[in-house]
Amino acid sequence: MIEKYCDVAVIGSGPAGLAAAIAAKKAGAQDVIIIERDTELGGILLQCIHNGFGIEIFEEDLTGPEYANRFIVQAKDAGVKDLLDTMVLDLTPRREIYAFNKRDGMIKLDTGAVVLTMGCRERPSGALAIPGYRPAGIYTAGTAQRLVNIEGYMPGERFVILGSGDIGMIMARRLTFEGAKVERMIEILPYISGLKRNYVQCLLDYDIPLQLKHTVIDIKGRDRVEAVVSAQVDENWKPIPGTEDTIPCDTLLLSVGLIPENELSKKAGVELDPLTGGPYVDDTMQTNVPGIFAAGNVVHVYDVVDWVTKAGFVAGQHSGKYAIQHKKESERKLRVIAGNNVHHVLPQFLDPQNLEKEPQELQLRVKWPVEDRVWVKVEVDGKLIKQQVEKYVRPSEMIKVILSPEVHKKAVGGRELLIKVEER
Amino acid sequence: MNKIKEKYKEVKGKYDVIIIGAGLVGSIIARWLSKYNLNILLIDKEPDVGTGTSKANTAIIHAGYDSPFGTLRGKLVVDGNRMFYQMCEELDVAYKTCGTYVVALTDEDIKTLEKLMENGRKKGVPGLEIISGEEMRHREPYINPDVKGALYAPTGGIGDPFMLTVAAAENAVMNGTKLLLETKALDFVVEPFSLHKKKVSGVVTNHGTFLADVTIASAGLYCDELMEKLDIKYDFYVRARKGEYYVFDKAKKLQVKTVLFPCPTPVTKGVLVTITIHGNMILGPTAKEIKDKEDTSVTPEGLEELYKGAKRLVPKLELTDVIRTFAGLRAGGFLHDFIIEAPPKYWGFINLAGIESPGMASSPAIAEYVVNLVQEQGLELKKKNNWNPIRKSRPDFSELSLEEQGWLIEKNPLYGRIVCRCETVTEGEIVAEIHAPVPAHTYDAIKRRTWLGTGRCQGSFDTPRVIEILSRELGIPPTDVIKESKGSYFLTRPTKEVPKGELND
Ligand SMILES: Cc1cc2nc3c(=O)[nH]c(=O)nc-3n(C[C@H](O)[C@H](O)[C@H](O)COP(=O)(O)OP(=O)(O)OC[C@H]3O[C@@H](n4cnc5c(N)ncnc54)[C@H](O)[C@@H]3O)c2cc1C
Ligand SMILES: Cc1cc2nc3c(=O)[nH]c(=O)nc-3n(C[C@H](O)[C@H](O)[C@H](O)COP(=O)(O)OP(=O)(O)OC[C@H]3O[C@@H](n4cnc5c(N)ncnc54)[C@H](O)[C@@H]3O)c2cc1C
Repeated sequence: MIEKYCDVAVIGSGPAGLAAAIAAKKAGAQDVIIIERDTELGGILLQCIHNGFGIEIFEEDLTGPEYANRFIVQAKDAGVKDLLDTMVLDLTPRREIYAFNKRDGMIKLDTGAVVLTMGCRERPSGALAIPGYRPAGIYTAGTAQRLVNIEGYMPGERFVILGSGDIGMIMARRLTFEGAKVERMIEILPYISGLKRNYVQCLLDYDIPLQLKHTVIDIKGRDRVEAVVSAQVDENWKPIPGTEDTIPCDTLLLSVGLIPENELSKKAGVELDPLTGGPYVDDTMQTNVPGIFAAGNVVHVYDVVDWVTKAGFVAGQHSGKYAIQHKKESERKLRVIAGNNVHHVLPQFLDPQNLEKEPQELQLRVKWPVEDRVWVKVEVDGKLIKQQVEKYVRPSEMIKVILSPEVHKKAVGGRELLIKVEER
Repeated sequence: MNKIKEKYKEVKGKYDVIIIGAGLVGSIIARWLSKYNLNILLIDKEPDVGTGTSKANTAIIHAGYDSPFGTLRGKLVVDGNRMFYQMCEELDVAYKTCGTYVVALTDEDIKTLEKLMENGRKKGVPGLEIISGEEMRHREPYINPDVKGALYAPTGGIGDPFMLTVAAAENAVMNGTKLLLETKALDFVVEPFSLHKKKVSGVVTNHGTFLADVTIASAGLYCDELMEKLDIKYDFYVRARKGEYYVFDKAKKLQVKTVLFPCPTPVTKGVLVTITIHGNMILGPTAKEIKDKEDTSVTPEGLEELYKGAKRLVPKLELTDVIRTFAGLRAGGFLHDFIIEAPPKYWGFINLAGIESPGMASSPAIAEYVVNLVQEQGLELKKKNNWNPIRKSRPDFSELSLEEQGWLIEKNPLYGRIVCRCETVTEGEIVAEIHAPVPAHTYDAIKRRTWLGTGRCQGSFDTPRVIEILSRELGIPPTDVIKESKGSYFLTRPTKEVPKGELND
């Protein structure tokens, strides 16, 4: 496992993450790294190839990838590093990140501060509990967007779209461009849930019918969708008998809302607001866990990307400041690192001022047993300062190493103390 | 019949035994027969094994106290339960030995429990015990507080019927069985044999004719179609009985730890609440007879019934935590017993019909029973000395420690790419399943093996990636990738192409 330290780690490279990384750098943090599970920076913007982005910040009408690219360039210029094709698996309350990728395998990152910018996910179909079959041909609008814009394939030819979210409306137009027929958009509310602008430009301009106060009550087709049945709903959202309408189609798209993506946040003990689905944050965008910040759709779902960027700047700036402060505090301390055949050592940090005054005890466990004499060696910045013999070592038995004030003299000014077990 | 024969008469192979239907039962029979010096062919009409009844059921390893004394089903379930756990160990398939409970809510119910216990003891079900209401509340804190007592069966548990089917088929293949998917039995080759008997000497399929000394029909819901070809009739007809289910989010606090049956009434067994091998709580099943044998749709009435029924056992249940619904079909008959026999008017033919619940729990005993019948049909069974009972499952990335995950990625970088983020399934696992002894060539086949796409996002993230991987590994265009059955395609064409027919309009 590779182990590293960085001042600020940003999880997710959408507009929120890019802004946070740039701001953290500007605030003075040295080592700023963005971790992204996709193979490119930019987040969901990369699949939003339509325009309408950046009107507020740049006073220009950009496409998603163009908007992202402006910030990617800024981040690169500022010296932000990235780890692409890398998935963060775990985050601890002590801000340790476990991530992995094909190239490096498992990576452990110790950090001064973390910014959560994992974005959101779409509400899936299963939770909607539409009766009927589950044939092929049911997608969320975002999945369809990825298939068409990134993979270059059509998920169907005749569409019905359930829900009137922005992605659904934008996809209605996109699919029409590609020669498909969008039969209808169906919305249970008495009003559209996306932006008026999108309704005009994506539905009205292309004569795509919208039915408000309707929902899908059945899906027909066994192998592939063959039709969906819609019905009008009453004020209690219940379908009104007699209003059923069978619409032949081969695909049902769902555009029924977005939910912040907070599985990782929960692992770190970040508290979530049941109303937004995102973390509780203060005015610096810090969560309840010290040093963990959040911004963008992971906090609450935004409608305009410019605001996401602005939130990213706030979180990034404060995470940078936090990391610098944190570094100052730990600067005087000696980091204790587990080397060859050492599973872990306690404590992880030693205060040289204390070591100067009285002996300090290190406790460690080995990774694998050696039924023979071994050396336990202690090095500071590569220089051997102590070694002792053990008759044997076993993972089940803890080993103690005492560091005396004399030993400390050999280590004055050191940064890292490495402890390792070697066969003789 | 003649037409079919014309079309497919070309003989493609000769075997000692052909098994029709690679469901749980057919696959386990194949695995049991693969112990012997036999040349075996296992066929299924679908692109994957276990896509019939075996993929959607309650997965309870019944202890066997409820099925009636004196029936074949009543006997095989008790024997099957005894053999079940060792079979799972050998095949490396997960199970839980959590025990099962029948919950009594009234004094009347307690009497039913006593009757059930008596029936179970007579059949030799070990360890049965009626525990107090207090003890039950202690073991399952969310149980209805009015519980009066419960029948505890310590040998009951939870299995994984689908993976068991895959594992048994794989173990059979490892031991020399030939598996042919997308191969449907259309008819039989029947020859004169003796005065009173005809000989079934093979099967006509859509991929040609295969000859065999013994043909075993284990076609689940479709046993009647095959029986019709041979004019075999029993005093019952096969009907599909639908069972619908609710699946709950496993991250939620309200959970049960075991299997909770309501007290059966003469009319129904009732809705039960149980945990699955994957840790999700499920409610089900309903029981409704239907005509269409492929109708696995869920119905509003069914779901309503489940909710009401389950609330009686676990009153605090809330539907907001539901992540999925599904339905399975039982091959129900009138007799309510398994039929496993060599029909007297044929030689070389073994028929399995009405293998409904507890077909999974009984399966090893069913297989042993069939082995005896095969012997009676004149095949000499000699044990192979190189038979290997052990089949190992492939690594499940999400179950490994961080260190083991690291090693795996070092060995094969494909394990370093997450394809399903909710359930943490990697590309390495998917590729391994695509090239396994029983290969997964469809989206749903991969889903059933890796549990990908079953989490909170229900596949929205992984679908485009899985299509890409299947297309690459199988060397087919993305438009040929299917979800489950023929015709369940995902993509229609590359973009920037005129749809078919448009030019002619
Ligand atoms: C499908 C979809 C389409 C949209 N279309 C539009 C549109 O057309 N117009 C519009 O104004 N808004 C649109 N939005 C809203 C849009 O998401 C926001 O405007 C903005 O892009 C959100 O930025 P973000 O940085 O918060 O998240 P995102 O852009 O979603 O970025 C999050 C990033 O985090 C990464 N990530 C998540 N978890 C991990 C992990 N564990 N490890 C590593 N990386 C991780 C993801 O891969 C992703 O790249 C859309 C949203 C979605 C979901
Ligand atoms: C709702 C429900 C709940 C259940 N709960 C439990 C339980 O808790 N515990 C328990 O022990 N049991 C339970 N069961 C019973 C158990 O699931 C079945 O007994 C078992 O799965 C039957 O396996 P099978 O192989 O006979 O059938 P199937 O799995 O249906 O296999 C038959 C196979 O034959 C193939 N086939 C059919 N016709 C042809 C043909 N002409 N040519 C080629 N192939 C063909 C099909 O494609 C299929 O794969 C339950 C069943 C249901 C429906």
